[in-house]
Amino acid sequence: MAVDMTGNLTLGPILYHWDTDQKRDFYARIADEAPVDTVYLGEVICSKRTPFFDAHLPEVIDRLERGGKQVVLASLSEVVIRRERKMMQDFCATDSHEIELNNTAGLYDIDGRRHRVGPLMNVYNEATLKWLADKGATHVTLPNEVPGTVAGKMAQAAADLGVGIEVQVFGRASLAVSARCYHARAHCRTKDNCLFVCEEDPDGMPLTTVTGQPFLMVNGIQTLSQSYVSLIDEIGAMQDMGITHFRVMPQVADMVAVTQIFAKRIAGDIDGDEGAAHLAALDLAAPLSNGFWHGREGHRRFGPQAA
Amino acid sequence: MRPELVCPAGTPAALRTAVDAGADAVYCGFQNATNARNFPGLNFTPDELAQGVEYAHARGTKVLLAVNSFPTAGRFGLWRDAVDMGARFGVDAVIVADIGVAAYVAEHRPDLRLHLSVQAAASSPEAIRYYVREFGVKRVVLPRILTIPEIKEVKSEIPCEIETFIFGNHGLMVEGRCSLTNYATGLSTNMDGVCSPAAQVHYDKEPDGSVATRLGDFTIDRFGPDEQAGYPTICKGRYLAPNRDDAYYAFEEPVSLNLARLLPQLIEAGVEAFKIEGRQRSRAYVRQVVGAFRTAVDQVLAGQEPELADLVALTEGQKQTQGAAASKKWR
Repeated sequence: MAVDMTGNLTLGPILYHWDTDQKRDFYARIADEAPVDTVYLGEVICSKRTPFFDAHLPEVIDRLERGGKQVVLASLSEVVIRRERKMMQDFCATDSHEIELNNTAGLYDIDGRRHRVGPLMNVYNEATLKWLADKGATHVTLPNEVPGTVAGKMAQAAADLGVGIEVQVFGRASLAVSARCYHARAHCRTKDNCLFVCEEDPDGMPLTTVTGQPFLMVNGIQTLSQSYVSLIDEIGAMQDMGITHFRVMPQVADMVAVTQIFAKRIAGDIDGDEGAAHLAALDLAAPLSNGFWHGREGHRRFGPQAA
Repeated sequence: MRPELVCPAGTPAALRTAVDAGADAVYCGFQNATNARNFPGLNFTPDELAQGVEYAHARGTKVLLAVNSFPTAGRFGLWRDAVDMGARFGVDAVIVADIGVAAYVAEHRPDLRLHLSVQAAASSPEAIRYYVREFGVKRVVLPRILTIPEIKEVKSEIPCEIETFIFGNHGLMVEGRCSLTNYATGLSTNMDGVCSPAAQVHYDKEPDGSVATRLGDFTIDRFGPDEQAGYPTICKGRYLAPNRDDAYYAFEEPVSLNLARLLPQLIEAGVEAFKIEGRQRSRAYVRQVVGAFRTAVDQVLAGQEPELADLVALTEGQKQTQGAAASKKWR
């Protein structure tokens, strides 16, 4: 379905350990059907997972590019051991595609060349933004917890610097990363001996409170929100304040339908209420939240009047 | 070389106590969001900091000012003012995490010594070298995730001093990258300097005498009638997961970090400074911990077997761990 785009819709990297066939099928469908401009590709969470998909990366890139998508490669977020350090160095030598850095080690290795800065880096203010832009950052995705009032000021500063500014508008919020693998821990294993148990949970492993309340999701070393962030109501306000890119995160859901809904909303073809109704009709696996954007508890959801 | 013992000063009284107990340096922050321990009743007014610096310097103790949270757009002035006041009062270093704040210090206060906070999450030689290269950072506070051989290796690859935690909280979440508290409470560790704010902590007594501890709307743990209910911190809570029969510590158990027994190896690894955590702790605690570590460090330096009974006793009745430093079994 053709959608007239007036903003930039992006698809973030798959954060979970989907098996290779699942990923290839997913991206083939995205290439053909999803109205996104840019697709971020790469393993962000666990260096142990990278070999599985790396062999298929050229083929997936080619498929997406033939579908008219711009491909940006995303880096690891945790760089500690020798192998990860080497991976980051090699990654920063990429010249075929734009790259997004998610760890400061990358800022050292990139040494002033062009790059994007991902949402797992801490860019909260104009001074940090300016510093990074002066050193080659062309595009920054804000951390999930940044409220709209701050995002607006950042968008203004980014416009002055000629830098793109991106906000996640759909999918689980990343809340923490760790040195320890919590998937392995849940299965009484260690990270070194995990046997890739995280593959059993393609949308994360739920942590529920002792009173039975859904709370968090575990994805290897990462902890995410149980709720899916949705800023479908807020898109109009975000466009007004100068946010240039809107990021949808892959979940186990009909992601083509999700991207179509956000694309229509960005194009102004539907309003927030219609968008919310379309999302509700998808029967998503988690409740929606937008608290962070409103400067409140991240898990809360505020109605359209708050947008 | 003689490693520095860096001790917590949550209040002016704790600062004096730590100085008197033999701290080589104390660290503290202002009463606002500019530092990562922005708790009610803690921290310093500008006058108190000026007096604290005077008191410490008169006794040969350094003062390190923590300005280690992340200013949000529009609020940068508060962090800039904190740095400027610190410089004016003669603090010996500022501890920063935000790139913008580091850039401000490097540009406008080039004589002010810069330490990189653990909140900057610099966990590789490259990340550390970035801050050294760009801002002239002189010391990095290492995350609590490295073994002693790893600390040694990092040390050999970086052109600055290292400071490691030896006593206090044991956590493996990457510090400066955690918004768990904000998800539950609407207050941010990075932006507001708040972790598990007391105002949103609840102890719900159940009819059977058990106590559920809650942060905001979420139950973090439940304790039997005979158990002592711990303070609800999300990463120390017990939760249910599909493949577990009972609630379990999904992230980590509530244990304290105590590296007293590893002091000789840490000194041998080249660690320049040992950090004791606990700006929120009482003066009595500060006196005991600082005093005991002062004695132990001096004994190690004199080539003697350190007397550790006092230090071990400090965490008696509480579980303690040597954390990541001893091995990587925890991963």
